[in-house]
Amino acid sequence: MNETVKKHSKLGRDKWGYIFLIPFFVVFLVFSFYPLIQTIYFSFFDHYFSQTDFDYVNEYVGLKNYKELFSAGTARLFFNTMILWVMGFVPQILVSLLLASWFANNRLRIRAAGFFKAVIYLPNLIMAIAFGMMFFTMFSRSGPVHQIFEYFGMSKDYDLFFHIAPTRSLIAFINFIMWFGNTTILLMAGIMGINESLFEAAEVDGASQFQVFRKITLPILKPILVYVLITSLIGGIQMYDVPEVVTKGSGMPMNKDIFSTNVPAAETVIMRLAQYISKSKNYGAAGALSVMLLFITGILSFVVYKFMAKDEE
Amino acid sequence: MTELNKTQPEFKVKKSMGMRTIRVIAYIVLVFLSLLCLIWFYLLFINATRSHAEISSRVSFVPGKHLLDNWKKLQNSTLDFVRGIINSAIIAFSSSFLSVYFSMMTAFAIHAYRFKGRKAVHVFILAIMMIPTQVTSLGFYRLVVDTLGMKDNFLPLIVPSIAAPVTYFYILQYMKSNLPMSLIEAARIDGCMEIRILNRIVLPLMKPALAVQLIFAFVSSWNNYYMPAMILSSGNKRTLPILIYTLRAATEKDKDLGFQYVAMSLSVLPVIVVYVFFAKSIVGGVSVGGVKE
Repeated sequence: MNETVKKHSKLGRDKWGYIFLIPFFVVFLVFSFYPLIQTIYFSFFDHYFSQTDFDYVNEYVGLKNYKELFSAGTARLFFNTMILWVMGFVPQILVSLLLASWFANNRLRIRAAGFFKAVIYLPNLIMAIAFGMMFFTMFSRSGPVHQIFEYFGMSKDYDLFFHIAPTRSLIAFINFIMWFGNTTILLMAGIMGINESLFEAAEVDGASQFQVFRKITLPILKPILVYVLITSLIGGIQMYDVPEVVTKGSGMPMNKDIFSTNVPAAETVIMRLAQYISKSKNYGAAGALSVMLLFITGILSFVVYKFMAKDEE
Repeated sequence: MTELNKTQPEFKVKKSMGMRTIRVIAYIVLVFLSLLCLIWFYLLFINATRSHAEISSRVSFVPGKHLLDNWKKLQNSTLDFVRGIINSAIIAFSSSFLSVYFSMMTAFAIHAYRFKGRKAVHVFILAIMMIPTQVTSLGFYRLVVDTLGMKDNFLPLIVPSIAAPVTYFYILQYMKSNLPMSLIEAARIDGCMEIRILNRIVLPLMKPALAVQLIFAFVSSWNNYYMPAMILSSGNKRTLPILIYTLRAATEKDKDLGFQYVAMSLSVLPVIVVYVFFAKSIVGGVSVGGVKE
């Protein structure tokens, strides 16, 4: 008798688990899931202004929008995005590995490590739009950096935002500054997890600092390195704010190459997506591009998940 | 034994010298990288105190005397930055509080109850964590602007933060190690309602984690540009990032550099001030959830 009462009240209590999940799932369904379905739906339609109906109409076009995605222009957008990401990520991972191994090294005993970590993490919290705008103003023709370059003999009329390599490098540099602190902290947490006795054993065996790094630190860090690489790649595909503000949304300067695709050199995938949605109202193309992005990030996330799951075993 | 004693001293001397060189290099690199992170903010704040003519004539590392002039220009600008600060603050405060409170509620549901499908719900939330917001932005824009007619409304930028998988994940991690079930059981014996347990017992215990997540949520909303730029378009509804962006395409009147630097300073300063006070727990919060999945 007593038993059943107890059981009953426990069941009644666990229903609160469901109740507490309601806000999350209602909001998720309305503002994420339904929009996702809408996005996929629109990828099969053309959305255009009809002169006869004098309004926007949607016409079913099957896979047309997807076929159009497989063009040189889309390839260019992805290429631009990846170039910008790689140019920022390579120095970022190298510097972060170096810093993380220093911070975590007990024998090196870096003083004020907390201060340094706080300083290098700071740019990650700064509004990307303002940070990008700040760099644009500093490097533009009336900016302080330009003035310093002039002092070293650069022409006053030189505008680096008219040139492909400098524009791309600046965007990559901004991303580097914004993210290397974050990566350092993530890697550090991984290095701290390595058993100290491994380092001690290596020291007794007379291993050099570089050997310790290559033979112990790096192999043990592999799962975290993969995690950092892929999450950064997922973030890189979403690159938007910095190139948007630096190039005034244009992605300029224009590419001058054999592709001749009319895609500017610093235009990223998401810049194009935003333009499709709110400026040109090209919902069909926007839908197809979104679905493509969903697939790519989905596959990448799955790789991370598999890797972390394997690590846990 | 004697063999070992012979080799040890020599080996130690060589080792510590190498370490000293590395230490010197480490400090040089660290100072250089710190300067590389901070110099921009220094130049930004210095230039905010200088006039347009001063800024465009030459670079300076000492403050000028025109901060007040620049501030007045900002107030008189057609770009309403004061309004922008208020708009940004309204959105960032409400969305961060909603995000943190309801993420705690979701985490509590998973942590404290044993209902059917609990594990599946948890895995599901982790799975949707990685979906970029941009992927659903077309449908979101259509829903908000075309279906609901909520262009220039703050709500579509606030309410969705109730479902924040990343915040949920962090808070759940913290709950696992800091919320003993015995405490909840004790409260139940005292006849506490479940919602009351959440608000009166769980919430105070979660404070350290909630504070860090509140800052993260606030900062990400404060800095957000992509969605707000699509939804907020009329002058007095724009948030700071949108206004900063318009400076990039500024008309002649707003091309005044002193004014621009003040505007940019204003949008980064609140975050820097908060960071100065909470840097330690913020940096600590970065690595908590990220790696230990």
